[in-house]
Amino acid sequence: MNLSFFYHFGRYLIFLRSMLYRPEKMNVFFQRLFDEMTKIGIGSLAIVAITSLFIGAVTTVQTAYQLVSGLISKTVIGTIVSDSTMLELGPTITCLVLSGKVGAHISSEIGNMRISEQIDALEVMGINAPGYLALPKILAGIIMIPILNIIAITLSIYGGYVAGELSGILTHEQFVVGAQSTFKGFTLFFSMIKAFTFAFIITSVSSYQGYFTKGGALEVGESSTKAVVYSSVLILFFDYLLAELLL
Amino acid sequence: MIELININKSFDDKQVLFDINAQFLSGKNNLIIGASGGGKSVMMKCMVGLLHPESGQIEFDKRDMLSLDEQQLREVRREIGMLFQGTALFDSLTIEQNIEFPLRMFSKMTMAERRDRVNFCLQRVNLENINNKYPSEISGGMKKRVGIARAIALDIKYLFCDEPNSGLDPITSRLIDALIDEITKEYGITNIVNSHDMKTVFDIGDHILFMYKGAVRWEGSRQDLSHAQKEIKELDEFIQASYFH
Repeated sequence: MNLSFFYHFGRYLIFLRSMLYRPEKMNVFFQRLFDEMTKIGIGSLAIVAITSLFIGAVTTVQTAYQLVSGLISKTVIGTIVSDSTMLELGPTITCLVLSGKVGAHISSEIGNMRISEQIDALEVMGINAPGYLALPKILAGIIMIPILNIIAITLSIYGGYVAGELSGILTHEQFVVGAQSTFKGFTLFFSMIKAFTFAFIITSVSSYQGYFTKGGALEVGESSTKAVVYSSVLILFFDYLLAELLL
Repeated sequence: MIELININKSFDDKQVLFDINAQFLSGKNNLIIGASGGGKSVMMKCMVGLLHPESGQIEFDKRDMLSLDEQQLREVRREIGMLFQGTALFDSLTIEQNIEFPLRMFSKMTMAERRDRVNFCLQRVNLENINNKYPSEISGGMKKRVGIARAIALDIKYLFCDEPNSGLDPITSRLIDALIDEITKEYGITNIVNSHDMKTVFDIGDHILFMYKGAVRWEGSRQDLSHAQKEIKELDEFIQASYFH
């Protein structure tokens, strides 16, 4: 770990603190928040739906493939699909996908504004640029990504159920009984904690990378790449940390 | 009036501004000229608060920008308009939304009043019927004029123009110069223009500041320029080179 880590971490914290001013105009702020929620939520719905459906389906098929013993009930497949979806596949895979889609978009949008002096224009006008640009994105992510997580979990379990039925691996009743048998409210709560944490990581890290872009188009691309890589690594690190702390 | 007193600015170990003292007068076109790398843009960025000098004072009508708190600084900044070299129009907003932006953020105007003001500003810069276009759909000269319209949307006291003619053809350059001059005189604004263009200097320059290697080498009126050219070798070289540019 070299000194540049501390430099960037310190600057990241200062960047976050600089957003904590009252917005210049609340109606403009809420308009921007709503726009960002639409972009992040509606804009990511298709990719989240496709990813989740297939992950659920694949989990069912692969779990069935590994259950070679006749002594184990097929309801276990439903249990594994629902629990692993809620605990890991829903929040983590969804957020890794979103770090690519949403993170790269945020970073390149803010980075482009930086290199074309649009952020300078905001600052010259006396507008708190981090608060105006990044705060609505971060709040929109924290609101919408957990909702996307719920959708992802629902579709993933549904994908698992459909795959099980279509391939004849298990019946509808077996899947539902298995899925319900070990359900705990805390599992879903834990999944949501992960989604909130990952949402903050994706949006804040990407905003930071975009905001401090220097140079031209090439550097905007580099910032986007860094946003995706750092967000993904941090998601995996906090995935482990939260599991250690809360399970 | 804007006054710079003993301004010094460095990047890491490299000093780029050396003890700058200058005055920029109200209702005048104050032109900063000099070769690239001479410190013009850094000085302008210090004045508008995008960079912070290590020492000195920057006074906007006796208000020292470097000793104001964040709220006071924002108040002063609302009296500043800036035309950026690359125009810095918000590319996700239409032309109307770009000009309306400072009004929406800082005024208590109704939507109808804002629209009237936007149309007035567009007419003032001789543009019409482009309200719903995006910056990517208009020419470079039009973008500059929209930049000016956005800068004057609020009742500003200070206008900063960074290379207003860069990337423009000579005819459009003269139109932009004339427009900046008209607006400066009409509203009594303190106008500061960074420029390489000697035609701009001779056409609209009321007060001229020549920078050389991060220091003010000469300061005076347009009428004094030809006399100073004979005495200051660097200024003469700069002006001669401009004729062949």
